[in-house]
Amino acid sequence: MIPIYVLWMRQLKRYVRSRPRVIGSLGQPLLFLLALGFGLGPVFRKAGQGSYLQFLASGIVGMAVLFTAMFSGIELIWDRQFGFLKETLVAPVPRIQIMIGRTLGGATVAVLQGLVVIIIAVVAGFRVTHYAGLASALVFMGLIGLTFTALGTALASVLPDFQGFQLIMNLLVMPIFFLSGALFPLIGLPKLLDVIARLDPLSYGVDGLRTALTGVGHFGLGTDLAVLSGLCAVLLVLGGWLFSRIEL
Amino acid sequence: MRYVSGSAMIEVHELTKTFNGLTAVREVSLEVKEGEIFAFLGPNGAGKTTTIKMLTTLLRPTSGTIRLNGIDPTIRQQEARKLFGIVFQDPSVDDELTAQENLEIHGALYHVPRKLIGERSERLLKLFELWERRHDPVKQFSGGMRRRLEIARGLLHTPRIIFLDEPTLGLDPQTRNQLWLHVKELNQEDGVTVFLTTHYMEEAERVAKRVAIIDHGSIVAQGSPEELRRQTGSATLEEAFLTLTGTTIREEEPDSLTQMRNMARVWRGQQR
Repeated sequence: MIPIYVLWMRQLKRYVRSRPRVIGSLGQPLLFLLALGFGLGPVFRKAGQGSYLQFLASGIVGMAVLFTAMFSGIELIWDRQFGFLKETLVAPVPRIQIMIGRTLGGATVAVLQGLVVIIIAVVAGFRVTHYAGLASALVFMGLIGLTFTALGTALASVLPDFQGFQLIMNLLVMPIFFLSGALFPLIGLPKLLDVIARLDPLSYGVDGLRTALTGVGHFGLGTDLAVLSGLCAVLLVLGGWLFSRIEL
Repeated sequence: MRYVSGSAMIEVHELTKTFNGLTAVREVSLEVKEGEIFAFLGPNGAGKTTTIKMLTTLLRPTSGTIRLNGIDPTIRQQEARKLFGIVFQDPSVDDELTAQENLEIHGALYHVPRKLIGERSERLLKLFELWERRHDPVKQFSGGMRRRLEIARGLLHTPRIIFLDEPTLGLDPQTRNQLWLHVKELNQEDGVTVFLTTHYMEEAERVAKRVAIIDHGSIVAQGSPEELRRQTGSATLEEAFLTLTGTTIREEEPDSLTQMRNMARVWRGQQR
C-alpha cells in the first residue's frame, strides 16, 4: 500500500507545484464557460431550453476532468523520457501497484480541477439545484478521472515518444469532448450523431454529473453509473496490462 | 581464474538481445561471485547498458538465461528486483520534487522502514554534499549535483547486488573518490556484489577484482585486470583495452556505415 500512496502523493505534489499548469488548465474551461455560456445563452433560451449556463456547466466540469485526467495518463511519456519511470520499474513493487498509484493520483488531480471549475461556474451564475447531489457529482468526477487517466496510461504505454501526442489530442480527446452531451442536449440529434454520442463514454459521465448537480438528465443515473463504472474497470485492466509490459 | 570465495551471484549464459534484426548483445556469458566487484567494460554502444537492462528486468532477453542468486529475473521479477539496486547512466530523478522527496519515494518503493530512510538519507546527503540543498527541487540542481543525488538514492537501500552504469560520468575527482570509497565499504562490510561499467580504466583497475570487456555485443576478454594485461602484454588496463577493442572511435547512435557493418555482421552471423 505504501508504494501506491507515495506515487499518488507524487502526482499531487507535481500538480500543485506546477502553477502554470494549474492556471493554464483552468483557462480553457473558463473560456468555454464564459464564451459559450453567455454567447449561446440567448439562442438556447429562445429555443425554449432555459439557461444555457445551467446546462453547460456540467459539461465543462466534465471537460476539465477529461483533459486533466488524459494529460495525467499521458504524462507517463514524460517520465519515460526524463527517466523517472525507470526508477519505478526496477523497484520491487508489482507494476500494477505502480500503475494504480499513478492513476489514482491523476484521477485525484482531475477531480480537484473539476471542483475548481464548479466553483468558477457558481461564481458565473450556475446554480447547483441539488446540494445533496454534490456527493454523486464527486463519484462521477472520480469515475471520469479514473477512466481517462487509465486510457491515457494505456496509450502512453505503447507510445515511445511525443510524436503521437498531438494525434491523440485531435483525433481522440477533442472528439470525445465535442461529441458527448457536454455542449448540447442529446435530444433530436441526427441519427449518426446520436449513435456516436451513445458510444462516447464521456456522454454518460457528463449526463451523470448534470443529473447530480441540476436534477436534469438524459440516460438516467443508474445507466450512467453502470456504463461508466464498467468502462472504467475495463480501461484500468487494459492500462494495467499494457503498463506491466513496458520495456525500456 | 582467481575467484573470491562464495557462490555465483550473477550467472549469465549466452545472453542475446536483438532489436529489429540488429544484435545489440550476442551470446554473452559471465559469472560474478557473491561479494565480488566486477567491471563490465567496453566502448560506447558495445552493449553494456543493454546487458544491464536485461539483468535488471527492464528488457526481456531474446535468448539466453540469467540467474541472480539463482532467481530467473525474467520469470520471478519481483524476487529478482528485491535483490538489486541500480544507479542508471541516464537521469532518473524527479525534477519537480526535492532531493529529500526523491530519496523518500525510493525508500518507500524499496520498503525501507521510515526511520531508516531518515538516517540513511542524512548520511548519504551529507556524504555527497547535498544536505544543505535537500529541500530544493532537483530542477534547480547542477548536472553534478543531480548525478550525486542519483548515486545517493541508489545506495539508500542495501541490496545484495548493486549495478552501477557509468556512475562516475560527469563527476569531479573528489566525488568519484567518495563514491568508490563508499562502494568499497559496502562491498567489504555488507558483502554487496558490485557490477559496474565505466570508461575510466584506472578506476576499473583500482576497484574491480575481475573485468570483462565487451565489444560489438560480444565479450572479447574476461579475467582479472592483471590477467588481461598479461594476455595482451600491456602495462596498463587501458592499453589492454585498446589492444582488445581497437582504436576506432565508436558512435553511440550507429551512422549509416556502422548500420551497414552491423547488418553485415548479422548476415555473417547467420551464415555460421
